[in-house]
Amino acid sequence: MRSRPTTRLIAVGALGALALTACTPGSGSDGTGSSAAPTGTVNTDPASLGQVTLTVWDQEVRGGQAAQIEELNKEFQAKYPNITLKRVSRSFDDLKTTLGLALSGNDAPDVFQANNGRPDMGKFVQAGQLLPLDRYADAYGWKDRYPESVRKYSSYSPDGKTFGTGNLYGLPQVGEVVGVYANKAVLAKAGVPEVPTDWAGFESSLQKVKDAGQQPLVLGNLDKWPAIHVFGTVQAQTTPADQIRTLGFGQSGGSWTTPENTKAAQTLVDWVDKGYFSQDVNGLGYDPAWQQFSKGTGAYLIAGTWLQADLGKAMGDDVTFVLPPKAQQAPVATGGTGIPWAVSSKTESPDAAAAYVDFITSKDAMGVLAKTENLPVADTAEQKAPSTIGQDVFTAFGTAVEDDSLVPYLDYATPTMSDTLGAALQDLLAKKATPEQFLETVQKDYGDFVAQNG
Amino acid sequence: MSDTATAAPSRPRTPEGTRRRRRGGPPGEPRAVGWLYVLPALLVYAAFLLYPLLRAVQISLYDWNGNTLATWAGLDNYVEVVGDPALRASFGHALVLIAFYALLPLVVGLVLAAILGRAKVRGLGFFRTVVFLPQVVAMVVIAVAWRRMYAPDGSINDLLSAIGLDALTRGWLGDYTAALPAVGLIGTWFEIGLVTVLLLAGMGKIPTELYEAARLDGAGAVREFFAVTLPALRGEIAVALTLTVIAALRTFDLVYVTTRGGPGTSTSVPSYEVYNRAFQQGRVGSAAAIAVVLTVIIFAISFGITRIAERER
Repeated sequence: MRSRPTTRLIAVGALGALALTACTPGSGSDGTGSSAAPTGTVNTDPASLGQVTLTVWDQEVRGGQAAQIEELNKEFQAKYPNITLKRVSRSFDDLKTTLGLALSGNDAPDVFQANNGRPDMGKFVQAGQLLPLDRYADAYGWKDRYPESVRKYSSYSPDGKTFGTGNLYGLPQVGEVVGVYANKAVLAKAGVPEVPTDWAGFESSLQKVKDAGQQPLVLGNLDKWPAIHVFGTVQAQTTPADQIRTLGFGQSGGSWTTPENTKAAQTLVDWVDKGYFSQDVNGLGYDPAWQQFSKGTGAYLIAGTWLQADLGKAMGDDVTFVLPPKAQQAPVATGGTGIPWAVSSKTESPDAAAAYVDFITSKDAMGVLAKTENLPVADTAEQKAPSTIGQDVFTAFGTAVEDDSLVPYLDYATPTMSDTLGAALQDLLAKKATPEQFLETVQKDYGDFVAQNG
Repeated sequence: MSDTATAAPSRPRTPEGTRRRRRGGPPGEPRAVGWLYVLPALLVYAAFLLYPLLRAVQISLYDWNGNTLATWAGLDNYVEVVGDPALRASFGHALVLIAFYALLPLVVGLVLAAILGRAKVRGLGFFRTVVFLPQVVAMVVIAVAWRRMYAPDGSINDLLSAIGLDALTRGWLGDYTAALPAVGLIGTWFEIGLVTVLLLAGMGKIPTELYEAARLDGAGAVREFFAVTLPALRGEIAVALTLTVIAALRTFDLVYVTTRGGPGTSTSVPSYEVYNRAFQQGRVGSAAAIAVVLTVIIFAISFGITRIAERER
């Protein structure tokens, strides 16, 4: 009997030791911070690389996205039979939650889609898990293909701390811009013959629609994030673009508690007071909201270009897409790129990986993207869209990129901003918080991060 | 198992030892042999439960984003759990959910079971199945369905309008006061079936003589319920409470699908925070600390429930 407590002690002790000797979390990966960019010549002829297998993780699983990547992969295989693609496709959420672990392991994928913001791409750069692509950019001429306003979205300083400048860590295939979808039929009935091109006209048309007994703006904010895009659109009217960029990229030196931002927040509250939104804005889901709009509810829907195919299909010629009507000189719009394609720093064949990224973002690839109802990020103006709404979207995005008037999504700023801003906007729309309180909440998140990030 | 069983006697053993066992010593003596029997299960248990648990405790002491090297944080993450009002509130929401997941289903379950157990209804099996049905549907599916019903143009508002209660209609999940109870009621609907079936099984075991005796003493249905049925069900009630309280405390899927913790932070719960921090925000240390605290709370509450149930027996 005496041996019993001893044995138990040994067992517990062994387990305890097991835990304590287990190394510091994260020490399994080469988390040394920045890794030096590899040097040496770049082989831009994939056919000469011998037998290579590339593991590719993507989230191109729906509709036109799936169609484009399947076609491009097929073309790539046909052109370079020596390179075998092992495609692993996951849903966006799945990819986001598993990629971090995969990159710290030994079987990291060679090429993968890493979301732009700090919780994903920024963190991977910090951990030295992404290959800087600058020398490939030089070799393949990516800097001509992609204007700086687009490259910014996948650029980080080598230590991962500064977003928006530094090394290039990925290339996107598609562009995104948040603008205004307008139902021309509803507007015409309310006595608005044309979609207004200036902000004052836009606001007065809201009142006209309201007076005509229709709902001016459709917004479903149950999922927390949709109002971020509406606020971003309003903010772009009141706040200079470079200030928004500082806030959106989470760089130091910005402030949320400015008169301009207060005016933007106040505008949203005014819209609530005037009944421009439906009463239950926070109780309606995102998908039901745009579906209602597609069935004829409401005059305007402030949303991103990713809805173009669905809305076009449902509404035909009734719907149009424009950049936010401008109050300033140039139309500033929230937007950016689809999820960029990045290369693992552990890949054994970086040349082949870069060749693949080059292939799926080439001029021919942009044509395939346009054909499959996506919004190609490069050479947008030269592409032909398969529908009228698609053409509106191409024009809008092309204009925004050309004028360098894209501002980043506000939730890019800090790892917690999506939550903070989403919840704070629900509070603002429900009038649980004043514009000042709202901005203080957001400023605290931004300020804490900037102070810590240095 | 059969391998170990046959191998054990063939193990070299002193004659005294064998004799002592034959004389009727407790099985598993000497102790070292007992540990051998347990070892395979213990190893699996240790590898998949104890090790991850200890590792979670360890991670909770670090500041870690999941990819880069962690830095030692000491008890900072725990201080945050106690100090951050929003996090504290999320634990409060979980406690509110206990009322909806555990207490309400228990009351309704007792009434339902009492009726279903006593009444000689035709097709009793059918009703039992119907009551139990929510349990077999995946929580995510349930959440999606209820999200539709709670929508501003959903069936619950339609129903309210139809009976003239237009004033009550709202976007239930987007309403600051209604959202948490609305989420909780889905849990109530889900758990009632489990509780009822558990209680029904318990009632089936109560000897009919007890009821006859009570009836001879002049007890009515209500008196009978409190004097005979309820005391006899103590064990089942404890099991039901343990299961439902744990379900309430670890609520994740429901909140994730219906509200994402909103509006504002009015429906955020610890499990959702764990997920959000670990996988969305890259604050793995903080997530682990919340998870550890939640584990301790769940352990304490379920331990308390079983202790009370046993002591009063």
